[in-house]
Amino acid sequence: MKFSEHWLREWVNPDISTEALAEVMTMAGLEVESIEPVASDFTKTVVGQVRSIEPHPDADKLQVCKVDAGAEELLQIVCGASNVAVDMKVPVAMVGAKLPGGMKIKKAKLRGVQSLGMLCSAKELGMAEQADGLMPLPADAPIGKDLREYFWLDDQSIALGLTPNRGDCLGLAGIAREVGALCKTEVTPDDATEVKPETDAQVSVSVDVPTDCPRYLSQVIEGINSQAVTPMWIQEALRRSGLRSIGPVVDITNFVLLELGQPMHAFDRDKLSGGICVRHAKQDETLTLLDGQTIRLDTGSLLIADDAKALALAGIMGGEDSAVSDSTRSIVLESAFFDPLCIAGRARRYGLHTDSSHRFERGVDPELQRRALNRATSLLIKIVGGQAGPIVEVVSTPDLPQRKTITLRAARIERVLGHVIPHDEVLDILQRLGMGVESGVEAQDTSWQVTAPSYRFDIDIEEDLIEELARVYGYSNLPTTLPQSGSQILPCSEGQVALTRLQDILVARGYQEAISYSFISPDMQKLFDPDQSAIILKNPISADMSVMRTSHWPSLVQAAIRNLNRQQDTIRFFESGLTFVKQDDEFKQEKYLSGLVTGSIIPEQWGEKSRPVDFYDVKSDLEALLATISPNTEFTFKAETVAALHPGQTATILNSKGQKIGSLGALHPEIEEQLGVSQRMFVFELDMKCFENADIPHFTALSKFPSIRRDLAVVMDEKITLNKLKEVVENAANHLLENFQLFDVYQGKGIDSGSKSVAFGLTFREQSRTLQEADVEEAMAPILTALTQQLDATLRE
Amino acid sequence: MGKNVQQELDKLVNEAQQAVDAAKDLAELDAARVHYLGKKGELTQQMQSLGKLPAEDRRDAGKVINVAKQSVQSAIEQRRTILQTALLQARLSSEAIDVSLPGRGQHNGGLHPVTRTLQRIETLFTQLGFEIAEGPEIEDDYHNFEALNIPESHPARAMHDTFYFDEHTVLRTHTSPVQVRVMKERKPPLRIIAPGRVYRCDSDLTHTPMFHQVEGLLVDDSVTFADLKGIIDEFLRLFFEKDLPVRFRPSYFPFTEPSAEVDIQCVMCGGDGCRVCSHTGWLEVLGCGMVHPKVLEHVNVDREAFTGFAFGMGVERLAMLRYGVNDLRLFFENDLRFLQQFR
Repeated sequence: MKFSEHWLREWVNPDISTEALAEVMTMAGLEVESIEPVASDFTKTVVGQVRSIEPHPDADKLQVCKVDAGAEELLQIVCGASNVAVDMKVPVAMVGAKLPGGMKIKKAKLRGVQSLGMLCSAKELGMAEQADGLMPLPADAPIGKDLREYFWLDDQSIALGLTPNRGDCLGLAGIAREVGALCKTEVTPDDATEVKPETDAQVSVSVDVPTDCPRYLSQVIEGINSQAVTPMWIQEALRRSGLRSIGPVVDITNFVLLELGQPMHAFDRDKLSGGICVRHAKQDETLTLLDGQTIRLDTGSLLIADDAKALALAGIMGGEDSAVSDSTRSIVLESAFFDPLCIAGRARRYGLHTDSSHRFERGVDPELQRRALNRATSLLIKIVGGQAGPIVEVVSTPDLPQRKTITLRAARIERVLGHVIPHDEVLDILQRLGMGVESGVEAQDTSWQVTAPSYRFDIDIEEDLIEELARVYGYSNLPTTLPQSGSQILPCSEGQVALTRLQDILVARGYQEAISYSFISPDMQKLFDPDQSAIILKNPISADMSVMRTSHWPSLVQAAIRNLNRQQDTIRFFESGLTFVKQDDEFKQEKYLSGLVTGSIIPEQWGEKSRPVDFYDVKSDLEALLATISPNTEFTFKAETVAALHPGQTATILNSKGQKIGSLGALHPEIEEQLGVSQRMFVFELDMKCFENADIPHFTALSKFPSIRRDLAVVMDEKITLNKLKEVVENAANHLLENFQLFDVYQGKGIDSGSKSVAFGLTFREQSRTLQEADVEEAMAPILTALTQQLDATLRE
Repeated sequence: MGKNVQQELDKLVNEAQQAVDAAKDLAELDAARVHYLGKKGELTQQMQSLGKLPAEDRRDAGKVINVAKQSVQSAIEQRRTILQTALLQARLSSEAIDVSLPGRGQHNGGLHPVTRTLQRIETLFTQLGFEIAEGPEIEDDYHNFEALNIPESHPARAMHDTFYFDEHTVLRTHTSPVQVRVMKERKPPLRIIAPGRVYRCDSDLTHTPMFHQVEGLLVDDSVTFADLKGIIDEFLRLFFEKDLPVRFRPSYFPFTEPSAEVDIQCVMCGGDGCRVCSHTGWLEVLGCGMVHPKVLEHVNVDREAFTGFAFGMGVERLAMLRYGVNDLRLFFENDLRFLQQFR
């Protein structure tokens, strides 16, 4: 809601500066968003009248005017505007005037003719964005009057950011009421004089749905002059509120909307067939709106219709067919109260938001319609003439919002606010806000019976009143305390590995955390996870952000590509957050920790030979993460295919129960090619659930006796995995085997192709005594047998 | 004792001194030692020759020889110290390195500035006994709207720019639904904060379709608006580590009443007015209020027995103010040049 300060001060004029007024409103919940001067700076510009016009002797487009600007002598001013006319009143910038933008008016010769000033357009005075010729001033404008004074240009446009509960302040009268209450200043009552009907002209009104439209008033005005010009004071009031002047009838209804907060509509009476009916739309009914678009109405929509057709979308926008034009002779004025619930969803559903729907969906004072109609009619008759018929009102009292009495307890005020507001102050604040108050005592507690005025339809429960009290009393006048601290110590599960710990591990290993949007393009989704059914947004920002990601990988790969394009060649990213999968019509949202690595194993430097990262580098990062869960148990990395990954360099990660908890691998070469990735990328993901149940460490006694180690090298088929080898060794070993330590894997010279040499150390130890050679021989024998028999491995010398 | 002996000794000592001084390393020094003081060394032999002297001369001669021996010994010790020191010096200087060369190995990565800010907020509130709660990001409209007193037709719904999956399923527009979920599950007293991603269908210079919020909720038998003011005040001062003026402005949220917007004095201009604070000297940083009785009703908490407050803050907003970031969109571009500034 934007309005002119000058206009407000005509209603209520507290003796405080603009800044102080803004502060008062802001701190009472009517947030002042901006204060802007209504006109740019200019000086020495007065009302003048053109007395004569002669052509310029040496320029076709210029004319030489004699202008009465209030001085003894007429001023000769050269002017190039096409709309200049004798007797026209216009703004005259005198010699010495400064115009917006810094232009100074001096005595000048234009093509040899003396010019003592300048006739101005609205644009040149900073009063309009565009102007077509000189700014015509009203015929009764006093010659010589300073234009700033004449137009009250030393005024500000104040914009309020109103919260949806304060529909009552969507009109100047409401703001004035509020300011009056806050500043304890008297407010001018609005002019509600009834216009005496001069004719019997009326249209019949029937309301089919009184629940949606409990009150509907209409009035016919015949014989109007639609060519009339909107008076400058209304035009200026509209302009300073951010509305354009359209034509006198619409301007006046808009003026009343701004002044009282009542949206109104005027129909061209001659375009109506029969009476007015307020009803719901019929199946497949259409309506062409004022803005030119034709909409197909859904059956719940409330319409204003005549006997033949839909005229307007009630409370939202009028129709093109019945709109007032500059040839309109009679109008039907509408002033109605629509139920906020029937407007609210509607406008949005049609993609509409108008000054009218904005007010109706927040609520309009249900007692305001007649006053607003009278105000509009009396202004219309003054400005466009015509004769008014009688007001026709259809009202369904039971459907109007009911004003209820609310009990306000002094004890409750203290309990909510933590502060005692003196009782006489409570009473004073409520009364200033226009509430009806009766004091009483309920169960030894002071309380008040409060009835809100009809324009404060937002006041519904006791808390609403407490908020009003706090607001007017001043939030800054309420105390600041700290809540009594709970003596409860929060539980802290040691088995839950904190995300922060995992983040720290990755950060220490060179990873940078990324955060990317949860929605990605359908193409990326399909490329990475073709078998998963993704969840699709109905109203995405754009097509490339329209499906919920089933994995972080597409986002991380895209982020990596963008960084590679910026000459960053080594990248380690991780991201944690939800992934989204549709499963049996359920939305599954699971938390994952994911990562991407590409580039060199270590940053470029002087001392260490670098190389590209490989699978095992990334695996060690995962092992570091998994070690937080269970230092004693190993997770299994199992070769398996995953759609987005290289089939020969992919492992799924299984926990000790054999459940899949994540995966790791090189990006599939086909995806690399499609995305134009030129260097190998490794990605991983871990289901965060696996960090919920970590082992609590359990102490094992330290042996006092030394261990014995035997190193072995075996040659075996290259397809035998380390997992298998370990399994065979561990199954064959007796209880003395303490540790299996791999220390070499070799293929190449000296080893048959298709085979590999694997070297490992076995550590034996007994808790209670020192091992003897014989013990180790005994322990080794079955292991060697198993290696030969089960793996066909041969011992290397 | 005869002059001859003395002279001979002096000569020997002199010779020995020269040999010791000439020793270039410990091996040469040791050779000199053996030559003069070894079993068959010259001075040792002098000692052995004492037996040939008359008994009355022996004592004096012995003394003299001992003096000579000691002087040679001490010369050797001195020389040894010098040579050892020189040796150590040589070793140390040969082992000297250029300490200005950078360290080897992996560099640290870093946390995203949003995470860094979230962790800071979480640390401050957990000290006050708040627990961290989480909720789904795909929400039903009951939790995101209805239970928070935002019915279908409410104008506030239009302001939320909601992403929809179907008529009743949305991407949560705020972290407030977590309030509802926690209050339904557990009984007061409750102190929780709920950090997380939220979504609004809006994208321009100052809006991204995804951002982060932290919701806070405290419900107990005697919580007041004054307590809310106290907690928020304290939090903001601790977060910015500055004694910032804070003001509470009446506002409106369907799920709190009374409601307030909280402004801090602009951290950029100190309240003088600048571009960041639109020349008001104030910056809006969070919204809060007392939990609306209708919300308590929805989750079956006795509105007479309990009161509570809730607050919600935008994490990116706080991060921007704290770290001076001037473009919101940078947070989600994952540009390493940006991220690496928050190591």
